[in-house]
Amino acid sequence: MCGARRHVNLGEGDLAAKGQKSATAKPAKAAAKAQGAVLSNREKPEAHGRYPADLATMEAFYREMLLIRRFEEKAGQLYGLGLIGGFCHLYIGQEAVAVGLQSALDPKRDSVITGYRDHGHMLAYGIDPNVIMAELTGRAAGISRGKGGSMHMFSVEHKFYGGHGIVGAQVALGNGLAFAHKYRDDGGVCLAYFGDGAANQGQVYESFNMAELWKLPIVFVIENNQYAMGTSVNRASAEDQLYRRGESFRIPGVQVNGMDVLEVRDAAEKALAWVRSGKGPVLLELKTYRYRGHSMSDPAKYRSREEVQAVREKSDPIEGLKADLLKAGASEDALKAIDQEIRKIVSVAADFAESAPEPDLPELYTDVLVENY
Amino acid sequence: MAIEIKMPALSPTMEEGTLAKWLVKEGDSVSSGDIMAEIETDKATMEFEAVDEGVIGKILVPEGSEGVKVGTVIALIGSDAGDVTTPIPAAAPAPVAAAPAAPPPPPPPAVAHADPAIPAGTAMVATTVREALRDAMAEEMRRDERVFVMGEEVAEYQGAYKVTQGLLDMFGPRRVIDTPITEYGFAGLGAGAAMGGLRPVIEFMTFNFALQAIDHIINSAAKTNYMSGGQMRCPIVFRGPNGAASRVGAQHSQNFGPWYASVPGLIVLAPYDAADAKGLMKAAIRSEDPVVFLENELMYGRSFDVPAIDDHVLPIGKALVRRTGSDLSIVSYSIGVGVALDAAEKLAAEGISAEVIDLRTLRPLDTATVIASLRKTNRLLIVEEGWPVCSIASELAMVVMEQAFDDLDAPVLRVCDEDVPLPYAANLERAAIIDADKVVAKARTLCNR
Repeated sequence: MCGARRHVNLGEGDLAAKGQKSATAKPAKAAAKAQGAVLSNREKPEAHGRYPADLATMEAFYREMLLIRRFEEKAGQLYGLGLIGGFCHLYIGQEAVAVGLQSALDPKRDSVITGYRDHGHMLAYGIDPNVIMAELTGRAAGISRGKGGSMHMFSVEHKFYGGHGIVGAQVALGNGLAFAHKYRDDGGVCLAYFGDGAANQGQVYESFNMAELWKLPIVFVIENNQYAMGTSVNRASAEDQLYRRGESFRIPGVQVNGMDVLEVRDAAEKALAWVRSGKGPVLLELKTYRYRGHSMSDPAKYRSREEVQAVREKSDPIEGLKADLLKAGASEDALKAIDQEIRKIVSVAADFAESAPEPDLPELYTDVLVENY
Repeated sequence: MAIEIKMPALSPTMEEGTLAKWLVKEGDSVSSGDIMAEIETDKATMEFEAVDEGVIGKILVPEGSEGVKVGTVIALIGSDAGDVTTPIPAAAPAPVAAAPAAPPPPPPPAVAHADPAIPAGTAMVATTVREALRDAMAEEMRRDERVFVMGEEVAEYQGAYKVTQGLLDMFGPRRVIDTPITEYGFAGLGAGAAMGGLRPVIEFMTFNFALQAIDHIINSAAKTNYMSGGQMRCPIVFRGPNGAASRVGAQHSQNFGPWYASVPGLIVLAPYDAADAKGLMKAAIRSEDPVVFLENELMYGRSFDVPAIDDHVLPIGKALVRRTGSDLSIVSYSIGVGVALDAAEKLAAEGISAEVIDLRTLRPLDTATVIASLRKTNRLLIVEEGWPVCSIASELAMVVMEQAFDDLDAPVLRVCDEDVPLPYAANLERAAIIDADKVVAKARTLCNR
């Protein structure tokens, strides 16, 4: 049990055991201090704190996180009804990561790429929930016209480059997106998400090496949700403080409480400032937690129900922000109204995804190649 | 208003399960995330969580029930206890899977374009395959600012096999980029750059090393356009020498043509001479699709005529009849074409007239040109510098069975390398690889001589 607990440590704070407040400012400082002690002679991004959001911004974050939560719950339901097939990886519990990071991007020039747990990142980008849900149900109206499914969704228009099913591949691809930003000198930065599991793939380190060598404009984001499928971080990682994984490539690493959207946003801004100034990549480790199984068919016997409940009760990113909102003067009624509005959006998306027609059979043969030969 | 709780599918293949245990009882309040029941499938016992808030009204399927079909209503949840006596009509039921209609036949292949005519009086310049490839890259880099060349030793060293010689001087280090020895990493970087709008030419020092990167060639490059419903392209060229070189041992001597040619979403080119190397490389760089461009180390130094025209671009997907004949058709590609042409010369001396077809493109295969030749000769011999099992030869034999069985006067035969890892010893290596004499012998058999 002791070993199983270690991975939820956040710097010196314990995500599961301590309240939202103590799990925010303090660990950020502790992590910064630890980083300084290891590599005191190397420059690193400015230490982050909590983003000083006004009420409207907090409400916007609340709305986006709630949309992801309700959307994913509905997706879980539709999976149970057989309307969604195959693999389906839910983002419940990790909402603050995508919302906090992506809110700091410049959507006109920055790009995003992630793995297969990708619904939340698309929703955080403001992509229409209807076409995402319709992709999950495999319909022609889906964002990939029903040919990609849960793991393979893309929106080139939003500079969202997927949606990749091979663990770690998106990191090398993200390096390519960053290379393209630099090649064109368009000022853009690539945000490449991957999990604690992918952090052990060899190509991630090949990518770190080239990214720092060529000072590519990329933020590597490890979404450390503590479990690579059923294997906890400390059963799989010799160095389980994953923010340190870039050290031998001279990439500065920052550990962030991924359950606090305001801390995530502030860390994102500091990282982006570093990268945009031409100093090369930054590695962010977002400590987070997924409440559901790895995928829908995961019985989740590798952790205790109490562990999950403890995080839900003490560190939930949505409940945490809700407390901040109330403290800042938002009314219960206003938040309830948001909740109802989101439920409606999700319900409309589900209806749309259930009733939209499947792709026409001739679609089987389209899009294999772009050109005719 | 009551919400129906249905027996969930807990895996892609689950059709029914055992409702092992209820962890809630009628009248209990539940909120999102609470465990309501344990369900057993043939694979595992799973916990079933509540998604909606409410009060458990009625439990309709008692615990211990076996064989409960997915979608069966097992309980009702209401916003309060009195709310669930009358279930609302079921929401739209899960759509019944449409009767598995036979998929429509694939659309007919587009008619391959012929090679552009070379104007009369065009000078022909003796050029090595190596120079032709370099010239093609240089011309396309001048034409399109998005094109860049990346790989191990491509810049300052001037190319491990000197194919990129001079490019660094012409275009500078921004567009001609030496990488660390990190195939998986730079193949992925190239694929990502292509998705991001550039036109990468990624050199593998040899295609043997591309095995470390094959995931990106197949999973990232080849499948992206399809998986994205045509939204995200990956126009990239993966190039380098392929096939046996000379006494470099088993790990550096393999033909990957059949591997890549089996993958929908890829274009696979394997030219023989310098003019085709140049014309097809230019076509590859201009293509919107991912291209695997297979060169051959033993061909790099060989010289051929290349037309001195401004823009020598050849069509992808079009085979070339390199020698006409009437007794049998010999089909090959890459270095095998030279072997086939030598054999045809020897056969001519024996009075056997062989037609030699150079496939040039391995995917999409120009089966029309092969079948047109077969209609004339009624005999087919495939020559391939590579293993016989699951080869281009075996694929072509099948294509001919399917599409031109009645045109065959004899079984299709093949001459491939021996089915062994390539040995080092000079005599063993010679014995393992195709040569003109082996082709001549098989051709005689095919023609009953």
